[in-house]
Amino acid sequence: MTAKSPAEISQPRRLGYSYRRNLRERFIEALLFLTAFASVAITLAIVVMLVKESYEFFQHVSILDFLTDTQWTPLFDDAHYGILPLVSGTLVSSAVALLVAIPLGTIIAIYLSEFAPFTVREIAKPFLELLGGVPTIVYGYFALLFVTPLLQKIFPELPGFSLLSAGLVMGIMIIPYVSSLSEDAMRAVPMSMREGSYAMGATRFQTAIRVVMPAAYSGIAAAYILGISRAVGETMVVAVAAGMQPNLTWNPMEPAATITAYIVQVSLGDLPHGSIGYQTIFAAGLTLLLMTLSFNIIGHILRKRYREIY
Amino acid sequence: MSSTDKLHEIRAIIVRHKRWDLVFMAAGMFALMIAVLTFTVLFAQMIIDGMPRLSWDFFTSFPSRRPGSAGILSAWVGTSLVMLVTIVAAVPMGIGAGVYLEEYAPKNLVTEIIEINVTNLAGVPSIIYGLLALGLFVYQLGFGQSILSAGLALALLILPVVIVTTREAIRAIPVAIREGAYALGATKWQTVSDHLIPYAAAGILTGIIIGLARAIGETAPIITIGAMTFIAFLPPSLVQTEFPFLSFEWLTSPFTVMPIQMFNWVSRPEEAFQLNAAAAGLVLVVMTLAMNGLAIYLRYHMRKKIKW
Repeated sequence: MTAKSPAEISQPRRLGYSYRRNLRERFIEALLFLTAFASVAITLAIVVMLVKESYEFFQHVSILDFLTDTQWTPLFDDAHYGILPLVSGTLVSSAVALLVAIPLGTIIAIYLSEFAPFTVREIAKPFLELLGGVPTIVYGYFALLFVTPLLQKIFPELPGFSLLSAGLVMGIMIIPYVSSLSEDAMRAVPMSMREGSYAMGATRFQTAIRVVMPAAYSGIAAAYILGISRAVGETMVVAVAAGMQPNLTWNPMEPAATITAYIVQVSLGDLPHGSIGYQTIFAAGLTLLLMTLSFNIIGHILRKRYREIY
Repeated sequence: MSSTDKLHEIRAIIVRHKRWDLVFMAAGMFALMIAVLTFTVLFAQMIIDGMPRLSWDFFTSFPSRRPGSAGILSAWVGTSLVMLVTIVAAVPMGIGAGVYLEEYAPKNLVTEIIEINVTNLAGVPSIIYGLLALGLFVYQLGFGQSILSAGLALALLILPVVIVTTREAIRAIPVAIREGAYALGATKWQTVSDHLIPYAAAGILTGIIIGLARAIGETAPIITIGAMTFIAFLPPSLVQTEFPFLSFEWLTSPFTVMPIQMFNWVSRPEEAFQLNAAAAGLVLVVMTLAMNGLAIYLRYHMRKKIKW
C-alpha cells in the first residue's frame, strides 16, 4: 500500500475543479433554458403570424368595415367583411353553453366538495375527468345526430343545424372544467372556517353558500372564465352541429357560424396562399385570440388574488 | 310568548333549514346524474350505431365512396405517425422546460414571463395553433400539408400540459434527495438526470399520456393546416431494406387522421356514412378513455405507493 499525500486524499481528481465539467453543466443549463423559452417563442410566433396576415387583410378592408358591417361574405362576388355575424354566433353558442355549464358545474362542485360522501367523490372525480377527455368531434356527432333530433321533438320548428343544440352539448362538455377547478378552490378553504360556521348553528347548505363559496369566490370565478374561453374557442361541436352559414342573430334556435366554424369552413376548401380569403381566417383568428386573451387575463388576475388570501 | 312556543319556533326553523340540505343534496346528485346520463347515452348511441360496422375489415380498408366497404386504415396509420412526431417533439421540450423552471430558473423577470406565458398558452384555443402551423410550418418553413406539420402543431398544443405535469412531479420530490446528491459531490445535471427525472418519471408519464389523449382527439388544428379528407393510400414505410434502413419520406406525406375521417363522415348526408362515423367515433372514444384511464390509474397508484 502506497501512502497518499494529504492533498490527494482531500481532493481526489474527479472532484476537483474541472473546466470540461463546468462547461458541460453550463451548456446543459443553456439548452434547458432554450426549451423553456420556446414557449415564449411560440406565443410570439402566434402573435406575429396572426398580426402579419391580418395586417395584409386590413390593407384591403378598413377596420371600421370589419367591425361594423353586418355581413360576412368574403368568398362571394359581392364580398362583405363584417365580423359581427361571426361574433354573434360565437357569443350566442357560448352563452347557451355557459347557461348549462356554470349552474350544473357549480352545483356539482359544491356537492362534491361539501356534501358528497368520500366514495362518491372518489368515483365522480375521475369520471368527470374522463368526460372532459372525450374528443370534441365525438360531441359534435352527438349534438348533430342525437340532441338535435331530440330537441326537434320538443320544438318542431328547430332546423337541422342550430346554435341551441351545439351550445347545449358544449355546455355538458365544459362542466368538468368548471366543476373540477371550482371544487379545488372550495376544498382549499380552511376547515376552521367551516367548523366556525357549524359552531354557530349553520346547516351544511348555509355553510356552503354563505361561508365556503364567498371564501373561494375568486377561484370559482377563475373556473368560470376558463369555461368561457373554452366555449368561445370550441370548434368541432359548432362546426358540425351549428351550421356554417354566417348569420347575424341573437336567437339560439337559428343556424349560424362561429368564428371557429368559419375558419374550419375555409380550411376545408382549397384557398391559395396569400389570397384575401386566406387572410380572412387570420383576421378571424386574431379576433378570437383577442377575445380569449382578455378572458384569460381577467382569470389570471383573479387567480393571483385568490392565492394571496390564505 | 311562552318558552315552549319559542322552542317550537326554533325547531321549526331548524327543520326548515335542514330541508334545504336535503334539497341541495338532491340537486347535486341530479346535476351529477345529468353528466353521467349524457355520457351513457353518448356511449350507447355510438355502440348501437357503430358496433355493427366494427369488424376486422373496417380497420384494414381504405375510405371509399361505398360506405359499406369504407374503413379507417389510412386514418389510424396517419394518427399513429402524427402521434410519433408529436411525442418526439413535445416530450424532450416539455420535460426540458419543466426541469428548467423547477430546478434552474432564477427568480427574475424572464422566469416570470415564461411562467405566465405557459399558463396563457394552455388557454389558447386549439384552432389558433392550427393557424400558426398553417402560416409557419406549411408555408414559411415549407413542410407542406404533411404529417410533420400536423405532428408539430399538436406538439405545440400539448406542450403546456407536459410542462405543468413535469413541474408538479419534480416539485413533489423532497429537497433532501437533492441535498443528498449534492453532498456526495454530484453536479446539478447529475442530480437532475440520475435522481430527479427517474423519481418523477411516473408523474411525467401521466402528463404525457393525458397530453397525447388530447392530441389524438384534436380535429381543428389539423383541418386548419389543410389535411386532405380523402386519402386512399398509406404514407411511405418507416423502414427500408437498404442502408440506413430508416426512411423519413413519410414525414412529408399527405395524410388523414381518425378525427378528420370521422368529421368527413359526419358531415355527409347519407345515413350509411354516419354509421361509419359512429364506428370511428367509438374507436376514438375507447382509445382516449383507455389513455385517460391509464393516466388516472397511474396517478392514483403513485399516490399510494410513494413514501419519501
